[in-house]
Amino acid sequence: MSDRIKKASRNVSQNEGLIFEQSAPGKRGMELPPLDVPAADARALLGAEFLRDEVANFPEVSEFEVLRHFTRLSTWNYAIDLGMYPLGSCTMKYNPRVNEFIARLDGIATEHPYQPQELSQGCLKILATLTQCLLEITGMEAATLQPAAGAQGELTGLLLIRAYLASRGNARKKVLIPDSAHGTNPATAVIAGYEVENIRSDARGQIDVQHLKQTLTEDTAALMVTNPSTLGTFEPRIAEVAEILHAHGALLYMDGANMNALAGVARPGDFGVDVMHLNLHKTFSTPHGGGGPGAGPVLVKRHLEPFLPIPVLVEKEGRLRLDLNRPQSIGRVRAFVGNFGVLVRALAYTLAYGPGIRQATEDAVLNANYIRKKLEDVYDLPYNSPSMHEVVFSDARQKKFGVNTLDIAKRLIDYGFHPYTTAFPLIVPGALMIEPTESESRQECDLFIDAMRSIAEEAASDPELVKTAPHATRVGRLDEVGAARHPVLRWKPKSSS
Amino acid sequence: MRYLPKSPSERLEMLEAIGAHSIEELFSTIPEALRVKGALRLPAAMSEAELIAFFRDRAAENSQGYSSFLGAGVYNHLRSVVTDAILQRGEFLTSYTPYQAEISQGTLQAIFEFQTLMSELTGQEVANASMYDGSTATAEAVLMAERLTHKRRVLVARSLHPEYRQVLSTYGRSLGHEVIEIGYTRSGELDPDALRAALTEQTAAVVVQSPNFFGVLEPVARIAEMAHSTEALAVVAIAEGVSLGIVRPPAEADIVALETQSFGMPPSYGGPYAGVIATREKFIRQMPGRLAGQTSDAQGRRGFCLTLATREQHIRRERATSNICTNQALYALAATVHLCLLGKQGLREMAEHNLAKAQFALEELQKIPGVERVFSGRVFNEFVVRFPRAVKLVNAQLLREKIIGPLPLGSTLPELTKCGLVCVTETTSRAEIERLAGAVRKILATPL
Repeated sequence: MSDRIKKASRNVSQNEGLIFEQSAPGKRGMELPPLDVPAADARALLGAEFLRDEVANFPEVSEFEVLRHFTRLSTWNYAIDLGMYPLGSCTMKYNPRVNEFIARLDGIATEHPYQPQELSQGCLKILATLTQCLLEITGMEAATLQPAAGAQGELTGLLLIRAYLASRGNARKKVLIPDSAHGTNPATAVIAGYEVENIRSDARGQIDVQHLKQTLTEDTAALMVTNPSTLGTFEPRIAEVAEILHAHGALLYMDGANMNALAGVARPGDFGVDVMHLNLHKTFSTPHGGGGPGAGPVLVKRHLEPFLPIPVLVEKEGRLRLDLNRPQSIGRVRAFVGNFGVLVRALAYTLAYGPGIRQATEDAVLNANYIRKKLEDVYDLPYNSPSMHEVVFSDARQKKFGVNTLDIAKRLIDYGFHPYTTAFPLIVPGALMIEPTESESRQECDLFIDAMRSIAEEAASDPELVKTAPHATRVGRLDEVGAARHPVLRWKPKSSS
Repeated sequence: MRYLPKSPSERLEMLEAIGAHSIEELFSTIPEALRVKGALRLPAAMSEAELIAFFRDRAAENSQGYSSFLGAGVYNHLRSVVTDAILQRGEFLTSYTPYQAEISQGTLQAIFEFQTLMSELTGQEVANASMYDGSTATAEAVLMAERLTHKRRVLVARSLHPEYRQVLSTYGRSLGHEVIEIGYTRSGELDPDALRAALTEQTAAVVVQSPNFFGVLEPVARIAEMAHSTEALAVVAIAEGVSLGIVRPPAEADIVALETQSFGMPPSYGGPYAGVIATREKFIRQMPGRLAGQTSDAQGRRGFCLTLATREQHIRRERATSNICTNQALYALAATVHLCLLGKQGLREMAEHNLAKAQFALEELQKIPGVERVFSGRVFNEFVVRFPRAVKLVNAQLLREKIIGPLPLGSTLPELTKCGLVCVTETTSRAEIERLAGAVRKILATPL
């Protein structure tokens, strides 16, 4: 390994096959207590029509083999617990361990969603407290905690807009979405029954207000805007945008994916936002878990409150209950109250900071600007607007050597870092989207800066080294085209394959 | 603040390196009028010890110390500490979606194993990883069926979980799909005559749950055959995965929407769990959600990567099969570890215990004068009984005995007034069942 690489060293990594390849008849990893009632005659009770012979191909392995198998697999992953994870737009921050402890407490993890509400006051108080905190942080007026993730929050938000507009006589037809938006925005608008109209960004990467005015018609239901945008810059004319929309009877939806730049500093409720969602697995530190779970609470202004999904949490005489009698509600978006365990963790995070959450925001913005300053002489900065919590470079300078953003990202792996977000937002060709979050120390930021500068040098001096990276991983770049062309999506035993 | 790794002087040095005079300068693009003045009105910051105390206080306001007979889509099953030990490995817990395959092989291989387990379990050819839960998996399965058939009318069993039905209607409403409800017979199974009468060339899908909301097993093969007679698809929702250890899988279904909560996930007041969509290979291009596939690198080493992403929102945007992005990956891992531990024999035994205990509970309750079994259909670990008085009245008295009784059905299904849904799993002891039966007998023996 090159002595330029300071953060990582090569390490022996255990090989491990599929769990199915370790199976042998008669082994088991879990035993049940003895049955304390008469055994049932399954054939008689279920009948031939319903009785299953066996669950073919299920593994038979011991407890320790299972533990070792998944421990070995775990060592093949990068993780925020190992180091900086600068994925732009993903807010990979420290996931406090005490939150894991709390979510597993007896009396919290053990509770059933249908137990009597008088025996659920603790759970309901957790939901009520989190709601209060999120309303204060966002400046909004009512909320639902039910959506399971950001995209479901978006769907909920658009259905609220549709229901509100329909109640006023016309649900309208179109949702406007900037070209810099996350893919979930347009995908969601379609499920909510809207046509998508893309609106372009101006030369600064911000909403083109003139273009917006020209695009607005009586058919426009809403504008979905991410603020700060996916370029990591604040939309300075956001309040004006809200006024323009409202004057046309349309609403402003804010994608709160980038709330980590604002918490404690500015509140979307004050910008004229009508509906927004938060990603608790981003700003509020709940673990990403390799892709989920998340939680995507939706916060609204008063005029949208009657349409919130059921159930709605209400308080009467000091007792909390879940109200189902909401005649104007859009209905239910998920069974039960939502990803409760995620909501518990998010509340624990918020209570750990209290009003000091502002310090986290400041540190996140400080880190992003520090990295920007230290890299802007070697990487191209396509938009010069001030950065907040993330910075977006492009690979324009490295392209001259045949090196693109994905190559740089893969080389970063050899340097001991997870890559940044590549090739997004779409308005930046060859984007390098870097979000350090507040969780990185100055030392970790400096190591990252060193690595990025070193890769920029390599791109010029030894482009092949970068283009064939990573070199230090268990597997090299995988044949993704082949994987899609001839999908192998499950293991099959040798005899049948 | 203990989570923040910077000293005050480091912050100043970094500001200086940036060339900013103050932290406020970095926020100068936010118009002054839109900035928060002063501190937010949030509770004061808590230390770790205070946080734990706060949540222990909340836990004490819940239902600790009660025995419960609630199921209805959320089940108490045995879990191994090994599952949770794996879940708390930081490399799984604190990693992102495995887009960068070279440093995500652990998550990717685990997903591949999950897909294999789910395919075997459901009797389907492929399974995704994952959906939010069983209810949204069911709704997405229906949207998928509508895309596959280019039709918009769905026939939905009244015996589908009421909350699943509500979610389905929320998801479909703005897309203009038409839901027609199909009732049930005295067995508790889907009414075949009503289904036959409602099926037309316009039908996209028939949606049933098995075991259904009443715990009754549906004749999936016969229902699928009827659906196929008009080229509709059969969508089967499964909320209780443990049933598949002993009940024939819905191999004849076209799309299966499975809730995996029963595999290693605590009830946690409604989530997080993980849903799955399993289907036929020929339908995968219309399947929502992530998929991991096996492939190799340039040196021929086996590896795994996310695949068929051209179905997904980050590539296809408004033409994606779904808007789902973040899913329930960590809990799909929980199901994977749990099912590997249980293995072939353990899953069978767990299912047998559920069957035996539910049968025992059913017999014990039926011995009580005035308590009767409502549906004659075959059940797994849940069943409906009718009491001679309102279930809520019975339950109020059971609570005094520290028992959370059957789920009253009358408020959501008015035809089932005085009926309650009883769930018994391998975690329910014989003594608890006898205590329930004894308490119900005593309550009913006392006139109102």
